[in-house]
Amino acid sequence: MARQLTYLKAVGEALEQEMRRDPRVLVFGEDNIGGTGCEGRLGNAWGPTQGLHEKFPDQVLDTPITEAAFVGAAVGAAATGLRPVTDLLFIDFAGVCFDQILNQAAKLRYMVGGKASVPLVLRAMWGTGLRRGAQHSQALHSVFTHIPGLKVVAPASAADAKGLMIAAIRDDDPVVFFEHKMLYFVPGEVPEEPYEIPLGQARVVRPGDDCTVVAVGRMVQYALTAAEELANSGLSCEVIDPRTLSPLDEDTILGSVERTGHLVVVDESNPRCGFAADIAALAADRVFGSLRGPVRTVTAPHAPPPFSPVLENAYTPSVEQIVSAVRSTRREPALASDSAAHR
Amino acid sequence: MTSPPSTKSSHEPSIAEVYRVLRTIREFEERVHEEFPKGEIPGAVHLYAGQEAVAAGVCAQLRPDDYIASTHRGHGHAIAKGCDITAMMLELYGKAGGLCGGKGGSMHIADFDRGMLGANGVAAGGVPLALGAALSAKVRGSGQVAVAFVGDGGVNQGAFAESLTLAAVWRLPVVFVVEDNGYAQATGTAFHLGGMDVAARATAQGIPARVVDGYDVFAVRAAAADAVRRARDGHGPALLECRAQRFFGHMEGWDQQAYRGAGEVDRIRAEHDCIQLFLDRVTAEQQLDAAQIAAIDASVRQDVERAVAAARSAPDPDVDSLLTDVYVNY
Ligand SMILES: Cc1ncc(C[n+]2csc(CCOP(=O)(O)OP(=O)(O)O)c2C)c(N)n1
Repeated sequence: MARQLTYLKAVGEALEQEMRRDPRVLVFGEDNIGGTGCEGRLGNAWGPTQGLHEKFPDQVLDTPITEAAFVGAAVGAAATGLRPVTDLLFIDFAGVCFDQILNQAAKLRYMVGGKASVPLVLRAMWGTGLRRGAQHSQALHSVFTHIPGLKVVAPASAADAKGLMIAAIRDDDPVVFFEHKMLYFVPGEVPEEPYEIPLGQARVVRPGDDCTVVAVGRMVQYALTAAEELANSGLSCEVIDPRTLSPLDEDTILGSVERTGHLVVVDESNPRCGFAADIAALAADRVFGSLRGPVRTVTAPHAPPPFSPVLENAYTPSVEQIVSAVRSTRREPALASDSAAHR
Repeated sequence: MTSPPSTKSSHEPSIAEVYRVLRTIREFEERVHEEFPKGEIPGAVHLYAGQEAVAAGVCAQLRPDDYIASTHRGHGHAIAKGCDITAMMLELYGKAGGLCGGKGGSMHIADFDRGMLGANGVAAGGVPLALGAALSAKVRGSGQVAVAFVGDGGVNQGAFAESLTLAAVWRLPVVFVVEDNGYAQATGTAFHLGGMDVAARATAQGIPARVVDGYDVFAVRAAAADAVRRARDGHGPALLECRAQRFFGHMEGWDQQAYRGAGEVDRIRAEHDCIQLFLDRVTAEQQLDAAQIAAIDASVRQDVERAVAAARSAPDPDVDSLLTDVYVNY
């Protein structure tokens, strides 16, 4: 059997292989080493950087809780010859350093007429599932996708996490790298050697003929489960994981919609001006003639993520919602078994 | 059981009341630590045990209508500010009837009726909120004071540095309480503060500041009395840097504290337990006797037991509440 690795370890392996290949790759963030300045054991890193400081003592750094400073420093370092990979822990903390992302990282290359580039990767956990409440559970990828100058990556599998991380590090633009916290401990087959998955290339996770289902991050697995269920009643779904939200592989998505005539987009982020609405609009704009039913989106509601498990479960898009969205775009009546109605 | 009346304002709690707060925080936290592995408390829980003297000492100097802005490690601040521990426990369990209806949890616990503006999931996120409360008090001429609690790690945020500036410039009635517990997650202050007192940052901006033994509730209380009086009298902000380490890991369930020296926690529990130090003193000075202490202990134990029982049996929030409170109206 091919080697299995968790998503978290796959990210770590990508960091390790890239640091080895290129001494300009620098990794830093809070507790990326862990235990710095303490009496006890060094190396209490929490996340994919665990153990890396021992192999690359000059390339892994700890930071104080100074996101504005260290993300900004990553921009400056990237523009002057390094390839920093910085860690925000939770994407929600982009709030305290948004200027450095929005006005510095994203704008520099354009503003200086192409005289500099900003090859940095900003890693962050995202999404619901850990019961962390409104300030640790958001799905903010739509916000960053909206901003020209940033690339946005959101892998859904361990193998993609590794290949996309390597591509992100080698890319010359700033990349915001969304690691879904509920996928961290999901294992998958991951090749041992370094490899790149090009940014801007979607993956057809499951081929099908009757409806295109585009899903992001943790929702890819949900969409697959829904597709499985729908297959039992004779509906064949094509599940597409865009993998990178910016740049977006429009051709794979639109080509699929042209074939199936139906589209459902599943995304954890909020609905207004969100990724799902964007893909729906793209289809309406570009392949309207191929559509044979309404486009449906399945998203979190227009509310912050709640803490209580019952509320958080209701907040997060569900397999049932995906199933009934597919049925409704096909204008088929929902079955009694499709318990939760589409919100 | 007397303390000198000259230092005691009308709302200042008695020694027994201070003890009750200390004991309630400890019992609450030890109990949550015990309950957490059973799996009924969801999410992230950061315990305050070991640091009780800071919350109890500072809040002993506050009026019921004064404000506090707390941190992710907020249970102690909430209890010291008078929040109901049953409603707090329900919130930790994510239940209907919790202080925030189950929407906030441990990391966002708040009670505006008690002037508790909220725990906060973002390091130093609450500090500017305390400034705002102080501004509001100043504009309304209410004589209220706001306290901003912040960790040694949180003070490295821009929001903290900017808050010092704005509070000084606007002469706001705000007291910054830096809780130096030695660590930010697994990072030590020796690294992230580089051996420098945070107090020096405040004094550099013209804000009076003191380093205080955070294990000594009397010392905290005395320092807070000065700072709060100053603020209330319109003389502007002050900062207290209180040093006291936590007993438990950064967060329940995942932190083995291997970054701490061998025997460090045992030593702190044995030699720097703020409650033991408090009891040694008040019994030696005959401010409290063994029977009074035992009575408070028993009643606190009962309160916490009741809170846990209530939280475990309480119903989940109504799923319809998912979409309420986003806006006042839509
Ligand atoms: C802006 C921001 N960055 C990072 C975090 C993640 N985080 C949560 S608590 C913590 C350490 C906080 O340390 P300190 O302020 O000293 O408080 P303590 O936990 O010691 O009470 C960190 C880094 C956060 N919550 N907010």
